[in-house]
Amino acid sequence: MRRKYILWLAVIGLLASGCTTEQENVLVFGRGGDSVGLDPALESDGESFKVCDNLYETLVTYAEESTAIKPQLARSWTVSQDQLIWTFHLRTDVRFHDGTPFNAAAMLFSLGRQFLKDHPFYKKGIYLYWESMEMDAVVAAIAAPDDSTLVIHLRQPNAPFLANLAMNFCAAVSPTAVRKHGDEYPENPVGTGPFRFAEWRRDERIVLLRNEAYWGAAAKLDRLIFKPIYDASVRFLELRTGAIQGLDNLSPELIAEIEADPELRLQTQPGMNVGYLAMNMDRPPFDNRLVRLALNHAIDKDALIKSFYQGRALPAKNPIPPTLWGYNNAIEAYAYDPQRARDLLRQAGYADGFDTELWAMPVPRPYMPQPQKIAEVIQADLKKVGIRAKIVSWEWATYLAKVQNGEHPMALLGWIGDNGDPDNFLYVLLDKNAAVKPAQNIAFYRSDELHQILVEARRNTVQNERVALYHKAQEIVHRDVPWVPLVHTTQTAAFRRHVQDFKLHPTGSKWFHKVYFSP
Amino acid sequence: MHSFILRRCAQLVPTLLGISLLTFSMIHLVPGDPAQIMLGERADAASVAALRTEMGLDQPLYVQFYRFFVDLLHGDLGRSFRTHEKVTTAIAQRFPATFELTFFSMVLAILGGSGAGLIAAARRGKSADYASMIAATAGISLPIFWLGLMLILLLAVYLPIFPISGRQSPHIYFPPHTHFYLLDTLLDGNLGAFANVLWHLVLPTLTLATVPMAVIARMTRASLLEVLGEDYIRTAWSKGLGEKTILLRHAFKNAFIPALTVIALQFGYLLGGAIITENIFSWPGLGHWLFLAVQARDFRAVQGGVLLLATLFVLINLLADILYAWLDPRISYHK
Repeated sequence: MRRKYILWLAVIGLLASGCTTEQENVLVFGRGGDSVGLDPALESDGESFKVCDNLYETLVTYAEESTAIKPQLARSWTVSQDQLIWTFHLRTDVRFHDGTPFNAAAMLFSLGRQFLKDHPFYKKGIYLYWESMEMDAVVAAIAAPDDSTLVIHLRQPNAPFLANLAMNFCAAVSPTAVRKHGDEYPENPVGTGPFRFAEWRRDERIVLLRNEAYWGAAAKLDRLIFKPIYDASVRFLELRTGAIQGLDNLSPELIAEIEADPELRLQTQPGMNVGYLAMNMDRPPFDNRLVRLALNHAIDKDALIKSFYQGRALPAKNPIPPTLWGYNNAIEAYAYDPQRARDLLRQAGYADGFDTELWAMPVPRPYMPQPQKIAEVIQADLKKVGIRAKIVSWEWATYLAKVQNGEHPMALLGWIGDNGDPDNFLYVLLDKNAAVKPAQNIAFYRSDELHQILVEARRNTVQNERVALYHKAQEIVHRDVPWVPLVHTTQTAAFRRHVQDFKLHPTGSKWFHKVYFSP
Repeated sequence: MHSFILRRCAQLVPTLLGISLLTFSMIHLVPGDPAQIMLGERADAASVAALRTEMGLDQPLYVQFYRFFVDLLHGDLGRSFRTHEKVTTAIAQRFPATFELTFFSMVLAILGGSGAGLIAAARRGKSADYASMIAATAGISLPIFWLGLMLILLLAVYLPIFPISGRQSPHIYFPPHTHFYLLDTLLDGNLGAFANVLWHLVLPTLTLATVPMAVIARMTRASLLEVLGEDYIRTAWSKGLGEKTILLRHAFKNAFIPALTVIALQFGYLLGGAIITENIFSWPGLGHWLFLAVQARDFRAVQGGVLLLATLFVLINLLADILYAWLDPRISYHK
């Protein structure tokens, strides 16, 4: 009797294992959560974009390892003298995965649904990125005079606009598919990209197949599968046993193990983000530059990085990360120097220090994995120079609402860049226009000098002139010290050794069309 | 009996109404605006306002509840804020995963738990008793996530017998008609996939079964010991009946009634409380989904999920009540 059971178990095991052997040319990528939806204009989470990156394409895209802009669905473009009319010349050899030809009308459909009130698929409040990138203030009208020409009229000259067009929300979606599926389109995506959609089982897997009719160089993988594996250690074990071939968002404590395993390969790249401590300049004593400067000398960033980032972060000296063009590397970071901090406080009239509050997020963020512990270390650093800070925390949504309302003396926060343009950090976080409550500029830093430069850099489309303007902007911020810029974290991914040609991108995009398995 | 069942089912209506009102008010009392959470760092005033309008959050609470209730009567639970899915579809896809896992865990827990309790009671004070009760105490006190990870390390990594996570291997394809994968694979006639799905169930089932198994074991032992001391058992002994007959036919049937209550409660808990197990094994079930929904203040998803769980809880307990009467003729629901 017992022997019979054992035999049955063996049969099931054999059948089961026969189905689990790794298949050739299929890559399973493990990640912390599932996508929300696969309509690139609707989504706002990284796990959705990760899949969209491989399904969809945009008029222009980013270079392989930088945020420089290059053509994709548009072969080329011209800008009128007054910088207001952008004419894109589109490819004519592209079809959507469902066979619908890609043309200017399709592109107009994809962009138009996000802002044209009479568009059948327009709905206020659902196209989050169009709104948060303030596209309504930039784009006046779009026209498709013929199949291969798309003309975009701007309300005002706006250089970062081109970088916005490279973002997921500006991707081309098949009008046929959107009309056919309506509200269910995010689960039935149809783009022009190197992979096409095959199956989505929520919380389980998303399966993409190679687009055999792709206009460019075809993808090398037959199949690409995204699998959510919630627990970071379990995700790592799946990689180690070879059940998956790649993963991202490693927890820092696993990095040493991956580096030690000859079967695995770790990939890292400085991410497009910043974690910072904002001092509320509307509240004394932070209206005093000397006090703000003292704080910049009082916090030991290297120690923070060593303790909480396992070295996988760069100390920040500017509000923008070094992966962005326009980064001013000539700026000299304020050194960790408690004595200097004490001197500055004395000069400012706070020889005995002062009591204040340090606000910290309740949830880990990509730029700050353990905000509460980081706050404790900063608290200890500040105590050394005489500043007695009490740590304050709120539930995440409340925290955001309160800091945007300026209720904090000092607050930890950060930013993850969207389009790879310095404007997306500097204007959004530090311009005086962003200091209107509810504010993104939570230092409530208002500088007319900076404002003029940032506005000029928005208008100017000559790249090297923009670089010079942003260099100047960083000098001003460095002088006025509204923040203690803390860190830029590194993004990480790990693969089985035989997975080749995957490149991390500063924007966090995950492109798999060049990836292949070495023998 | 029929009127009893009908009456109990009718009681469901006010119960569920109360539960939905309670869930609704609780989730609205907890701080955290879903629009703000969704937008995070980039939550500027205009986007938050537009999103709140889109979600219907700008309406007064009573209007929101009224709408929710009217939709509910039409069988429509709305769309999840977090994933844009229809809540009914989301539940229909995820509940089967949780049910398969819970069902097998309960079968294992009942068989293992009552078996261990029976042996412990029959061998009271002997080594078998101590062994099974130590195991039961350990089973209750072990942290589930630790146990799950240890099982993975032992039986999936060092001894690669079972898969680490998920409901099936990523390479397996079959049409998910019902989302009960064991059934779907059979309907598809795909025995390899069936075995694969079954194989994936083993470690999460073991993990999830541990606590209820231990609870049932202790409960069975305690109530069996009580029953064994009763007069009718002494009569049975004096009649010269064998130990097996006395234990199984006379004592166990009566002793099982209190255990049944525990089983029903545990079953109910597991359906909604498999969160940790689902999390470790990346099991695409209802528990993990609800957990994320609560975090995101995804009102509609939470309401839908809680309503379903409450209904199941009530139904399972009704089933237990019916089983009482069947097991013990002294219990009658006639007036």
